[in-house]
Amino acid sequence: MTVQELEKRAAKKADLIKVRRIIREQAEALSVNTGYRKQVLVCGGTGCTSSSSLKVIEQLEASFKELGIDDVLIVKTGCFGLCALGPIMIVYPEGAFYSQMTPEHAKTVAEKHLVKGGNIVKELLYAPTVHEDGSVIPFAEIPFYKHQMRIALRNCGVIAAEDIDEALAAGDYQALKKVLFEMTPDQVIDTVLASGLRGRGGAGFPTGRKWAFTKASQGDVKYVCCNADEGDPGAFMDRSVLEGDPHTVLEAMTIAGYAIGAHQGYIYVRAEYPIAVERLNIAISQAREAGLLGKNILDSGFDFDIDIRLGAGAFVCGEETALMRSIEGGRGEPRPRPPFPAVKGLFDKPTLLNNVETWANISPIILNGAEWFANIGTEKSKGTKVFALGGKINNVGLVEVPMGTKLSTIINDVGGGIPHGKKFKAAQTGGPSGGCIPAKYIDIEMDFDNLVAIGSMMGSGGLIVMDEDTCMVDIAKFYLEFTADESCGKCTPCRIGTKRMLELLTKITEGNGEEEDLENIKEIAEHMKSSSLCALGQSAPNPILSTLAHFEDEYVAHIRDKHCPAGVCKSLLNYYINPDKCRGCTLCARNCPANAISGAVKNPHEIDLKKCIKCGQCISHCKFNAIEKK
Amino acid sequence: MSQNSFNGTNEQEKALREVIAKHRSERGCLMPILHEAQGIYGYLPAEVQTIIAEELNIPLSEVYGVATFYTQFSLQPKGKHRVSVCLGTACYVKGSDKILAAVERELRISCGECTPDGMFSIDSCRCVGACGLAPVMIVDDDVYGRLTEKDVPGILKKYMEE
Repeated sequence: MTVQELEKRAAKKADLIKVRRIIREQAEALSVNTGYRKQVLVCGGTGCTSSSSLKVIEQLEASFKELGIDDVLIVKTGCFGLCALGPIMIVYPEGAFYSQMTPEHAKTVAEKHLVKGGNIVKELLYAPTVHEDGSVIPFAEIPFYKHQMRIALRNCGVIAAEDIDEALAAGDYQALKKVLFEMTPDQVIDTVLASGLRGRGGAGFPTGRKWAFTKASQGDVKYVCCNADEGDPGAFMDRSVLEGDPHTVLEAMTIAGYAIGAHQGYIYVRAEYPIAVERLNIAISQAREAGLLGKNILDSGFDFDIDIRLGAGAFVCGEETALMRSIEGGRGEPRPRPPFPAVKGLFDKPTLLNNVETWANISPIILNGAEWFANIGTEKSKGTKVFALGGKINNVGLVEVPMGTKLSTIINDVGGGIPHGKKFKAAQTGGPSGGCIPAKYIDIEMDFDNLVAIGSMMGSGGLIVMDEDTCMVDIAKFYLEFTADESCGKCTPCRIGTKRMLELLTKITEGNGEEEDLENIKEIAEHMKSSSLCALGQSAPNPILSTLAHFEDEYVAHIRDKHCPAGVCKSLLNYYINPDKCRGCTLCARNCPANAISGAVKNPHEIDLKKCIKCGQCISHCKFNAIEKK
Repeated sequence: MSQNSFNGTNEQEKALREVIAKHRSERGCLMPILHEAQGIYGYLPAEVQTIIAEELNIPLSEVYGVATFYTQFSLQPKGKHRVSVCLGTACYVKGSDKILAAVERELRISCGECTPDGMFSIDSCRCVGACGLAPVMIVDDDVYGRLTEKDVPGILKKYMEE
């Protein structure tokens, strides 16, 4: 493909994409040119697919056939972000935002809205987009989207991820064109440096410096790698980028290849992400076919190709040296640094490794300039950050906000607050390597340095919200179980340290804790931090240390009073039947596997605490909420 | 290694040797081969690892070392229906441990085991990325979300009848 051909192909679907990006009045006028009266975008990301969005598409196709609709385009996109309310479907040019779609709903929308002269089916719209007076609010103005700024996710939920023409129309590969024909490798690196972009994988190392180091390394062969081994459980930013806009990652890696002098790239992606892997494979073969990967890209004389390598479920492979070992086909064990990968990485050659979200920021920086990017965010953390909101929050999903956005804005405005009117207790960032942010810091401005200052870390962007029903000791134990399980075993401090700490935490949650246990935990933690081989071991104590720093009273309650304040730790709880609520229906007694419940019909029952195994069967069977845990 | 008797077919072995031939010239080919071998056999018994080691001319210990390092590779056969309960953080804070306990109770086996009749096996997994549906469990390729303990018996029953 030549540059002229690129421009021609990008123009082909440009109007279609514009309709999805601009405000309604203009979109309606523009829509006429596209040949399609309306466009229906259905989310085909993992979240919505899991709640059967593909069946919604099938139903739309069937209804279109039945109703003779042939001028409405169905587009399967990546993630819109509001995963909690999936499957999501947006109709343009109106921008009507339908949520929690079912095939039946799709049929209704086709019959009432998508037919010629149809009208929006207001009762099926996402409720916050409908005003009290019945008028429809553009979804960009609802709280969930209003505070967001989408750079990395700019094309997610906008384009059909499996169609390179839509990607081209949305601007993918324009930055590559600019780099190949208007910039020298050094100018590219200077631009990335000046933008202030820091690695989005967790550590926040300046991306431009990494590029400069790798370029400066001596070597005839160099590699560019993409870390898509998103191992933090509860984080799905990278997956969404790969599912929604895979070409932006391919483009950015090619740009980096040009800048540092590499001709081969590898994407290391979790095998647990089948949709992302499939879309990447499609994108790579489309890019090769179009001449945007392979030999002589855009007739520039530059060669670059990319291959995929699948992970196999090892958290430690997110660590850079372990990841490269795994691509080489070995056990994914880290090795000491230096030498850093920039000097000696994959197959012992200088290697540049960035995370998916970092790659997704590159093209906008090249196109809009370093200054544009450096004007977003805080002094030392530029740009935006994508967070995967999860746990006890209403709008579970994917959000991208400028660095420095307050945690309270993310939780209360974007996230829609905590369900069931419960109280916010803490937010966990950085997953098993990070820490918690307690309620007193809810107004913290989220950036790399502020989070480190209070004992947490940005991490890759998992943000798990916890309410008053979450036991912080139990959460610390949950993370320790994870790291103990995922420790590769190569170095002693991590292998033994995680195990001993987990034993101590188990002892505490089972009601056998002693005062000195906390001191022992702190001592082990210090040793692990200072002497583990890689970041997995060095950061494994973080969840304990930060919960201990902010919630020491909970630990003390477990140890001294043998009491779990949140009512989570099973060994410290007993089940009681409230005689005022019990109607004596006998349902609990009949379902108790330990025969621990007795009582006459129509009389309050009682639980024999000696026999009770605390399985919770009685609670799930009781229709009168008469059983309490204390 | 595997204690179960191996009953691979000639077709499977032919497919395996084709996979090895396809990848052998690539650098770092062992992982892709193991992925595809597990796709063919459903697990990686000693006999399969031996073929891979001989074909690639590397020690069996190296193949075994890699196969046992990664949790996705299994040396034991899995059940006809694979039940996987997500224990990622988002699911855990919404009570997925209770879902796992309910599955274990219902199938009378522990996580990581296979029922004696070979019908079901249970695993836990770390985040499938469907956090909006937490807590989540996956049976074969079907995702079930927003679960409570009470939903578990009904879901499993569907597969028992098949």
